[in-house]
Amino acid sequence: MHDEKLIKELKRKALQIRKWVIESIYRAGSGHPGGSLSIADILACLYFHEMRHDPKNPKWPDRDRLVLSKGHAAPALYAALALAGYFPVEELKNLRKIGHFLQGHPCMKKVPGVDMSTGSLGQGLSVAVGMALAGKLDKRDYRVFVILGDGEVQEGQIWEAANAASHYKLDNLIAILDRNKLQIDGPTEEIMHTEPLAMRWKAFGWDVIEIDGHDIEEILDTFHEIKLNEKPTIIIAHTIKGKGVSFMEGTLSFHGKPPSHEQYIRAMSELEQEERELNG
Amino acid sequence: MVSAILTDKKRNLRDAYSSALIELGHKNPDVVVLDADLALSTKTKRFGTVFPDRFFDMGIAEANMMGVAAGLATCGKIVFASTFAVFATGRCYDAIRQSIAYPELNVNIVATHAGISVGGDGASHQMLEDIALMRVLPNMTVIAPADATEMEDVVPAIAEHEGPCYVRIGREDAPIIFETHGAFEIGKGYVLRDGSDVAIIATGTMTAEALKAYDLLKEEGIDAKVIHMPTIKPLDEELVREAAEETGRIITCEEHSIIGGLGDAVAMAIAKKPVPMVRIGVNDVFGESGNARELMEKYGLTAENIVAKAKELIEK
Repeated sequence: MHDEKLIKELKRKALQIRKWVIESIYRAGSGHPGGSLSIADILACLYFHEMRHDPKNPKWPDRDRLVLSKGHAAPALYAALALAGYFPVEELKNLRKIGHFLQGHPCMKKVPGVDMSTGSLGQGLSVAVGMALAGKLDKRDYRVFVILGDGEVQEGQIWEAANAASHYKLDNLIAILDRNKLQIDGPTEEIMHTEPLAMRWKAFGWDVIEIDGHDIEEILDTFHEIKLNEKPTIIIAHTIKGKGVSFMEGTLSFHGKPPSHEQYIRAMSELEQEERELNG
Repeated sequence: MVSAILTDKKRNLRDAYSSALIELGHKNPDVVVLDADLALSTKTKRFGTVFPDRFFDMGIAEANMMGVAAGLATCGKIVFASTFAVFATGRCYDAIRQSIAYPELNVNIVATHAGISVGGDGASHQMLEDIALMRVLPNMTVIAPADATEMEDVVPAIAEHEGPCYVRIGREDAPIIFETHGAFEIGKGYVLRDGSDVAIIATGTMTAEALKAYDLLKEEGIDAKVIHMPTIKPLDEELVREAAEETGRIITCEEHSIIGGLGDAVAMAIAKKPVPMVRIGVNDVFGESGNARELMEKYGLTAENIVAKAKELIEK
């Protein structure tokens, strides 16, 4: 059980992330709202409670790392980083704009707090394996988090990395799979089946936990459950693509499309309404 | 000029690689070595025997190896990742592009069994496009050392260099042409023989052939300048332009496709002030099985072909 104040605070952060996802993508005129909104609660829990990190010292060797392997959800990551204090929140208005540092996909050389450049799906888990190996080598107790898309696990390299992670007993590696069940061409199971997901990961030697990826309390509890038992862990987070904006929820059309002006107004008013209700 | 000799003494560059890695491993605890189930062939296994904690066999999963190398590098490790050139580059191109070159990480990809002299394994294993593939990547340094002595200098140099490096070496024992260490510097070419009739610019295994060609041309009264160009990117463009001005003719030699390699890099360097040029390399075809020497002869990667091309160029 976590205290209500913390849960409320993390819900507030998740809403702020969602608002900035809509704001920044609307201003950019392009981007991926659906898969950004689906990971907002997870990112809020990670950056505002679970992860050991210091926005004033982004390269701190003992920090927990996060690799956003599904790099197209960059707007959500940038919002979390800005709200945490890695760079001014106002910069979020310059997403994808020439001469500004917030690239369409995460770039570690340009954005403080981004631990790895991503964008080409299927590569982040391998990188996270390398980071976790380095932690073991250096006897540092940091953890490595990696967020995967559910369409992304159709990439073969994911399974090469999954295999290496269990082979090298990387229990400091925690993957979170954003199971929103939609990829750009359609439902994952229609495009290229990924089930039985949990069994596949178990067969590759991972501990598998399935949760509701929008339930803050459950997310926090799950992180506490993870044991150092010489096995990597994957959290299959059941989520809703576009979560938080009624007309984006569970739809394909906002995978990689910005909201129109009207949609932007509507989305922001929905999120603001939710914020007011939360603040009661 | 840098002193270079031609004798029958040979050494394998893979042996030089593993010796240099071990020496580096003793000096620097951050050195980590990865391989993809070819550790006995690339000879990284020797490092693994001395430093078992810092050697990881990633199995037959090369793209993952490149990603793991990147992750280790983000944590301050100096990573060497080895496998055959054909798997290291073509198979892993996107992993290298996205996870190593774009974030400019300290990953050194040392690929063995490059070129047609791989021999019996045939075209599937004879990598002739790797220089081209790695050269187009921003931030990437591309090196093809000529002999074991130079390889021993390359290893500490790339370890010290900030950013990714690609090094390609062959499978065969190679003639020793440098008697002493210390000449190699990333981005520098070396005049090994001076002459004013034609400049022969060679890299990797072809530098020994260029030195042989120099002697053969001398017998026919032709004075060639021989330049060894271990770093293909960044290219020593100044040296190339000087050679072009001094000799008025250039021949490039590489055990690689004539497309995208040293020849193209040199041509680009003199594009503003061009001189007649011949590129010796494999002429946009796949290789085949055979022994190394037979293949080098069949595909024109010999001193004799350099001589023939030099004479053609001078007669024109």
